[in-house]
Amino acid sequence: MSEEDIQRELRRLTRRGFITGAVAAGVGFGAYKFLRTRPPEEGVAWPFRKMLRINESIARGYFSEHRLSPTFRRSDITAPRINGHQGLSPEVDAASWRITIEGAAAPISLTLDDVKSLPHHEQITELRCIEGWSVINKWTGVRLGDLIAKYPPPSPVSYVALETPGRGYYVGLDIDSALHPQTLLAWMINDQPLSWHHGAPLRLAIPVKYGIKNIKRIATIRYTNVRPADFWGERGYDWYAGH
Amino acid sequence: MRLEKKHPRAIRWFHWINFPLLALMIWSGILIYWAYPHYAGVEISQPAWRALHINNRLAEGMALHFFFMWFFAINGVLYVLYTLISGEWRYLVPNRHSFREAWQVMLHDLHIRKEAPPPRKFNGAQQIAYTAVIVMGLGSLLTGLAIYKPVQFSWLTFIFFGYQGARFLHFWLTMGYVGFFLVHVAQVIRAGWNNFRAMVIGVEVVE
Repeated sequence: MSEEDIQRELRRLTRRGFITGAVAAGVGFGAYKFLRTRPPEEGVAWPFRKMLRINESIARGYFSEHRLSPTFRRSDITAPRINGHQGLSPEVDAASWRITIEGAAAPISLTLDDVKSLPHHEQITELRCIEGWSVINKWTGVRLGDLIAKYPPPSPVSYVALETPGRGYYVGLDIDSALHPQTLLAWMINDQPLSWHHGAPLRLAIPVKYGIKNIKRIATIRYTNVRPADFWGERGYDWYAGH
Repeated sequence: MRLEKKHPRAIRWFHWINFPLLALMIWSGILIYWAYPHYAGVEISQPAWRALHINNRLAEGMALHFFFMWFFAINGVLYVLYTLISGEWRYLVPNRHSFREAWQVMLHDLHIRKEAPPPRKFNGAQQIAYTAVIVMGLGSLLTGLAIYKPVQFSWLTFIFFGYQGARFLHFWLTMGYVGFFLVHVAQVIRAGWNNFRAMVIGVEVVE
């Protein structure tokens, strides 16, 4: 091949390569713009919401109640952290406080002593906030699974919804996470009764989920087969939020 | 003067697809990092975050991160499989001479040493860099999984010094990519047009 032929061949390859590259870049950029501009579903463009659900179904397929959140020594305990006040008003009188279970054979209303009559459990686990920080706290409470077993739904359900008084804050749980042995209804944190800001008189401690699912001041527990609304799940976050 | 095949088509596609995917992973990672910016060792003021419009976008960042992670991971895995099956790994993986050679290349680049690096496809410094960045990629996938599912994969989280340890490593691996990128781009500029064009069209002019 003469130098001229080589130059011509090089120009041809260069033109072809860079046109292909430009088209590919355009297609990629267009696809990204398309994905980002789709109508939102629960606070995030629907393709991304769909992917969160695909990720959820993979995670739920892999989930096992036998895999436990690591537990820590007493010396690892850190000060509890307050990071949100959604649902903490209006104030509730602890003495007259009742927890209502909906979706059982008949409506159930329990006092704190009723809840405390179930077997007590203690655990020192890490609460991991969706923001990125984490704290290690000791929780004292009863298993949500024990409560569900004592006051069961008439037939098995897929979800459990929990709400604060007046539904200021609400979370939805898949049944496997609700029945996980480390999912507690707790009245003590770090050996102290829950303060108002930490969700007195009774809150959820659920280390198989991000902190957002650890709902404070629970007023209502509802068994349902309809995927319950979730406060942060409606605001662009992953509904499942599972660890 | 002649044209010589340099980079296989597959490697060029993997490389150029990885570039925007890694950029998106870093960008969405920054949106996530805003919510708890405590691994860099320097505080970034809230006005600075706001000026860059990075504030209050955690949910968006997570949605992007957990979407593009699949494409980033799949592209990376396919690239590694391709290099293994095609035999391209032989040019890319360092051998016992690479470290000595990398030192000589560095001295040459710093204008301390006169002799140029050997005219192979990748010199020792490149072999180390291109292999290290793949190992880092694996590290990002594993520390990412340790952060994403710290209960289901608690053994993995344990290996990476716990939840905060895994987050710290995940962040600094990303800083490593930024460092790689800066050196890589500087070297590509230094090497010139013929070398860059080969990564687009596959062939290089050899005099």
